[in-house]
Amino acid sequence: MSAVAARVVLAFYATCDTPADNTGFLYKKGGRHAAYHRRWFVLRGNMLFYFEDAASREPVGVIILEGCTVELVEAAEEFAFAVRFAGSRARTYVLAAESQAAMEGWVKALSRASFDYLRLVVRELEQQLAAVRAGGGPPPARRPRALPSKENGCAVWSAETPAASVPVRANPGSRPGPEPPPLPPRRRASAPNGPLDSASFAQLHEWYGQEIRALRSQWLSSQAQP
Amino acid sequence: MRYNEKELQALSRQPAEMAAELGMRGPKKGSVVKRRLVKLVVNFLFYFRTDEAEPIGALLLEHCRVTQEEPSGFSISFLEDPERKYHFECCSEEQCQEWMAALRRASYEFMRRSLIFYRNEIQKMTGKDPLEQFGISEEARFQLSSLKA
Repeated sequence: MSAVAARVVLAFYATCDTPADNTGFLYKKGGRHAAYHRRWFVLRGNMLFYFEDAASREPVGVIILEGCTVELVEAAEEFAFAVRFAGSRARTYVLAAESQAAMEGWVKALSRASFDYLRLVVRELEQQLAAVRAGGGPPPARRPRALPSKENGCAVWSAETPAASVPVRANPGSRPGPEPPPLPPRRRASAPNGPLDSASFAQLHEWYGQEIRALRSQWLSSQAQP
Repeated sequence: MRYNEKELQALSRQPAEMAAELGMRGPKKGSVVKRRLVKLVVNFLFYFRTDEAEPIGALLLEHCRVTQEEPSGFSISFLEDPERKYHFECCSEEQCQEWMAALRRASYEFMRRSLIFYRNEIQKMTGKDPLEQFGISEEARFQLSSLKA
């Protein structure tokens, strides 16, 4: 075990009072040639905790859901699916649900659980809101690009449109509902620490980038003035 | 508790939201300030010895409180254990404010609330639910009702 193991502060999140995004029993394959163990799984944010059973106080372990893909697999167990990470020695977690519906629910929840995905959606909505506030017209056209920039590990949607620099402020007291989030500052990249193990991020960004571009053009055409 | 260590290490090598060399002091009594490379990636704060490529620790930035500490530093503590503070020293007040703002926005919970806010605003102004296009409008985690008062 590396030195990191001793100093990863994350176990508290397993049993805090934030509601879980998904819970249930799943069978988890111990290793390539190992048996399945039935565990109680708790998805909270981008963390998938698993416990011996639903009453356990401490998790057996956690799977950090960044940079992974979730796919169905052929396995001896019914309703099996895999959480797969990129990289030469990366682990693939094979899990099995107890019904078709449970399997589908988990695959959906896990494939959208990453912080990265959530951030992409938030950025997209931020852009849409700025466009709507600016008068409802479509935002300025982007330069088409094959792959979203991987600066900071996320698509740099905000960098190119003036609309993104319009402050998003609510009039205090005039609208009920949640507080507006503060405007994010300009992004900055760090100097690379070494070769970027970003193959999975590239796939993820391309996939989400394509989905978002397609949805965006649908949205834009639905917003077009008659 | 087991975790997917390789993936966490890979995450620590991803481009960071913020990265800088800061003074860092752990929560144990009597710990001293050490120079560390501190990197914010998604909702993790990694810290490295300044000449090493692998992190020596990581903090998950959920349920945490970021507090200013004089003169130009801040501390991170977790709601479950508020007396245990991780202290960081910046080189200027400006750097300190930048870090504090970035850390407060770095939680999944903050992202989720932002999403709900934007969704609500867009819905009010256009009458349409922007999450429908993503196919996620039914998810419990994105409903207004899931926000605490």
